[in-house]
Amino acid sequence: MNTIIDVLESVLAKYALVTGFAVIGVTVWISYVLSDRLTKGRLHGSAIAIFIGLVLAYYGGIATGGSKGISDIKALAGVGIMGGAMLRDLAIVATAFGVRMDEFRKTGLSGIVSLFAGVIISFIVGATIAYAFGYRDAVSLTTIGGGAATYIVGPVTGSAIGASSEVIALSVAAGLVKSILVMTLTPFLAKYIGLDNPRSALIFGGLMGTTSGVAGGLAATDPKLVPYGAMTATFYTGLGCLLGPSVIFIAIRALF
Amino acid sequence: MAIYGTALLSLCLLVGIFVGKLIGILIGVNANVGGVGIAMLLLILLSERLQKSGRLEPPSERGIIFWSAIYIPIVVAMAASQNVLAAIKGGPLALIAGTVSVLVCFALVPLISRLGKADTTPDAES
Repeated sequence: MNTIIDVLESVLAKYALVTGFAVIGVTVWISYVLSDRLTKGRLHGSAIAIFIGLVLAYYGGIATGGSKGISDIKALAGVGIMGGAMLRDLAIVATAFGVRMDEFRKTGLSGIVSLFAGVIISFIVGATIAYAFGYRDAVSLTTIGGGAATYIVGPVTGSAIGASSEVIALSVAAGLVKSILVMTLTPFLAKYIGLDNPRSALIFGGLMGTTSGVAGGLAATDPKLVPYGAMTATFYTGLGCLLGPSVIFIAIRALF
Repeated sequence: MAIYGTALLSLCLLVGIFVGKLIGILIGVNANVGGVGIAMLLLILLSERLQKSGRLEPPSERGIIFWSAIYIPIVVAMAASQNVLAAIKGGPLALIAGTVSVLVCFALVPLISRLGKADTTPDAES
């Protein structure tokens, strides 16, 4: 019996990406069935699938103690390849196929406004909450502020200005919370914030900035909006890494 | 052939990420600035051109459309590989900082949408 399990595990591990396609395919199928039967399609199948994915990631983390969710389980490493940056970026770019250039040009300016607003506000919110929790030094405040932007801006900013590893870990956690919340809340809040057209999707991407959150949230809301949100979100982390250790750090240091 | 479309898509992504990294170095941040966005613009421009001149035929297009169709499953796989445990273990500070910034940004979407519209509606849309 043990040999059978060993053989199975070695096959799954060797054909990792194929295993990923199979596992995710089944997950998506179950989600769409649940969406149909339990919610009569009101809760979108992809929203359920993303939620199941997050739950699996949580159990993966508990089971292995690793940092890559379910893909830390050897036989399921392929899920990590499938959902890694390489294929994710390839698929995001592919969603732009068939989009017309004018759509981007029309919203250019509000896209830029939303980017700057999104980065600066996240830093302010993050730093304010860190202040409320007793942090008083500009380095920690800026780093946690960066985490409220994205889980990449936080550590990049933190290591640039010399934050402690404990604070950097906190900033990553804050960024992860943000990304997960954007993935799960967007389909529910979309109608209240007018998120139903390319223009608001572009602004949404610029304000939220977390590529994974925006990618997941918009996919579960309306896949047609994905390229618009992804377009602005892709500039967010870069802008955050640029402003965080420079302008924003200097501003926060001037205050404290 | 489908591979032509997939190759076009891949080239756009590679060029985009490369340029994004160069921009990152230029402005002195250790990150890829807008690489995916640049790749998207490239794909839109190139595919529009090739379609007009009749050189991107439906069989080749399928090599792009497949990847766009597989996008949601890829996002599900991405969700399943997130460090959810660390997010929850981050404690109240991380939870509150993440939550509040998300809620504030949600609230700002309609505000900024309106801002821009007031500027452009008179001549842009009619």
